[in-house]
Amino acid sequence: MATIEVDGKNYEVDEDGYLQDWQEWNENIAKKMSQDDGLELTDSHWEVIKFLRDYFAKYQIAPMIKILTKEIGKVMGPEKGNTKYLYELYPAGPAKQACRYAGLPKPTGCV
Amino acid sequence: MAKTPKPDELSKINYTPPQSAWMDTPAELKEGNWCYGAKPKNLETLHFPNPREWRVQDEDWKLPENWQEIVLQGMRERLDKYRSFKVFMDICVRCGACADKCHFFIGSGDPKNMPVLRAELLRSVYRGNFTTAGKILGKIAGARPLTLSVLKEWWYYFFQCTECRRCSVFCPYGIDTAEITMMGRELLNLLGLNTDWISGPAANCYMKGNHLGLEPHTIVGNLSYMLDDIETVTGIKIEPTFNRKGAEILFVTPSGDLFADPGTYTCMGYLMLFHELGLDYTWSTYASEGGNFGFFTSNELAKRLNTKIYAEARRLGVKWILGGECGHMWRVLNQYMDTWNGPADFLEVPKSPITGTVFENTKSTKMVHVAEFTADLIKNGKLKLDPKRNDNLKVTFHDSCNTARGMGLFEEPRYIINNVCNHFYEMDELTTREKTFCCGSGSGLNAGENMEIRMRGGLPRANAVKDVAEKYGVNMLANICAIDRAVLTASMDYWVPGVKVTGVHELVANAMIMKGEKERTTDLRGDPLPGMEGNE
Repeated sequence: MATIEVDGKNYEVDEDGYLQDWQEWNENIAKKMSQDDGLELTDSHWEVIKFLRDYFAKYQIAPMIKILTKEIGKVMGPEKGNTKYLYELYPAGPAKQACRYAGLPKPTGCV
Repeated sequence: MAKTPKPDELSKINYTPPQSAWMDTPAELKEGNWCYGAKPKNLETLHFPNPREWRVQDEDWKLPENWQEIVLQGMRERLDKYRSFKVFMDICVRCGACADKCHFFIGSGDPKNMPVLRAELLRSVYRGNFTTAGKILGKIAGARPLTLSVLKEWWYYFFQCTECRRCSVFCPYGIDTAEITMMGRELLNLLGLNTDWISGPAANCYMKGNHLGLEPHTIVGNLSYMLDDIETVTGIKIEPTFNRKGAEILFVTPSGDLFADPGTYTCMGYLMLFHELGLDYTWSTYASEGGNFGFFTSNELAKRLNTKIYAEARRLGVKWILGGECGHMWRVLNQYMDTWNGPADFLEVPKSPITGTVFENTKSTKMVHVAEFTADLIKNGKLKLDPKRNDNLKVTFHDSCNTARGMGLFEEPRYIINNVCNHFYEMDELTTREKTFCCGSGSGLNAGENMEIRMRGGLPRANAVKDVAEKYGVNMLANICAIDRAVLTASMDYWVPGVKVTGVHELVANAMIMKGEKERTTDLRGDPLPGMEGNE
């Protein structure tokens, strides 16, 4: 199985680089993944990651986009509560890229 | 993940077959054309054989030592059990009528995607092991032994068939290639050779009731966000019920509608319609999946996953079941459910409480398609509609393979669309109704890693859309299937950018004038209604 090395430790990831065990996650893993993509994580990025992880802990699934945009809008202001803003943050798609950085499994069912 | 070639590159299709005979041309498993292998945890959940870590691109697929014996024994059992399988193995005369009818052949030019040759992959092994001529004459009689290379070829091509059954329409013998693919996949599953895109949702469905793995509080939560949006658009607060005993009707829809855009807008359409009618119905967080990825695995698993629908109907004591917009769900319900999980003699023959119409056609299953239900409402003048609200849309309709060829549901969705939209245009008649082209990603092929073959398979459908987009300015592709809503969105973005995708009940809800609604300025997606563009 493929792994990603962060701080000298190897973490198992799936074929597309999603962490196998979301509970093994730490912030440095997200940083490493984003560096590999040439993306720098700002506070706004972290806000999304934090929301995704909190949501996942409660629901065992990533939120649907409608929920993500609304909740981000509540925290960061209504002008940011839309998919356009999320795509600016995560060009490869909030569902795929942000979930990967957040250590969540690959979203299924809606590709 | 393999990079998907650009449309201009992908549309250069090479139809020249290889120089060597097909049996002497081993399959090359090209990235972008297959899905990842089933993960052990999902096979374990489903109690399927041979759970292990394995990779498609590896030489060693970690098969049991006696794998040939297992497959041949599996084949023997199925030849005894399913008369159709035996007949389809024997009767093909290789006339080739099906050859150019397959969207995967049209889009890839790969001869092994001709339905006749895809079936031949299995028939050749059948002949070699189960017919006298094949046993004695071997290759001359079209027989070949079951080798690892043959097994890999099966895997590659049986997961490049969407079981859409378009080829069957043109077969003079009526051979159902989907059934051959289904048997092929059953045999592969005896060795733990599923794709993870199928085994994952199937395992979720087995444990949590739906493919996505939505737990009860997630379902309620997701719907509550949709209800908020409905209130914003219409000013109307809707309070649906869940798992309510004694409701007249149980509503079951594919879980994709509860999660992914644009299916969520279709789901909002159901919620608004049922509210407006005052329908005595309930959602279920247990029977929370209409679709059935078991159906893409084996008949046994499909039956197992489908059990919950009648079980929940019985538990809640409803009179009948209403089903949402889905494709393969209706193939299962219409053609298998009654014999698998019936008889549903504890239910009544469905009767619309609004119009009094008795749906005699659903006497055996007791389950009505929401398009039939709504068409009947409109026919009886029970809905107040303002089709002008959809005037910004030029709509065409994609017949889903399974509702079209699996149940003949042609008129109802068209009747609805024509009543809720002013601009409707048919695609070429060779690509609609029973001759409809597959979306290209059905039967569990809607993963991310096989995007190349998905776009190839989606080309014929996209071509027909492009035609009406150019002729009439079509900008909306309507359908009645959750997989369609997800995958046609991707294939339109790829082949016909600018054309969006919608479920039929989203169009209904936009046009429906509800009692006590405020003046609407936007549609369900939050985009301004025609004439309201300046009001934002």
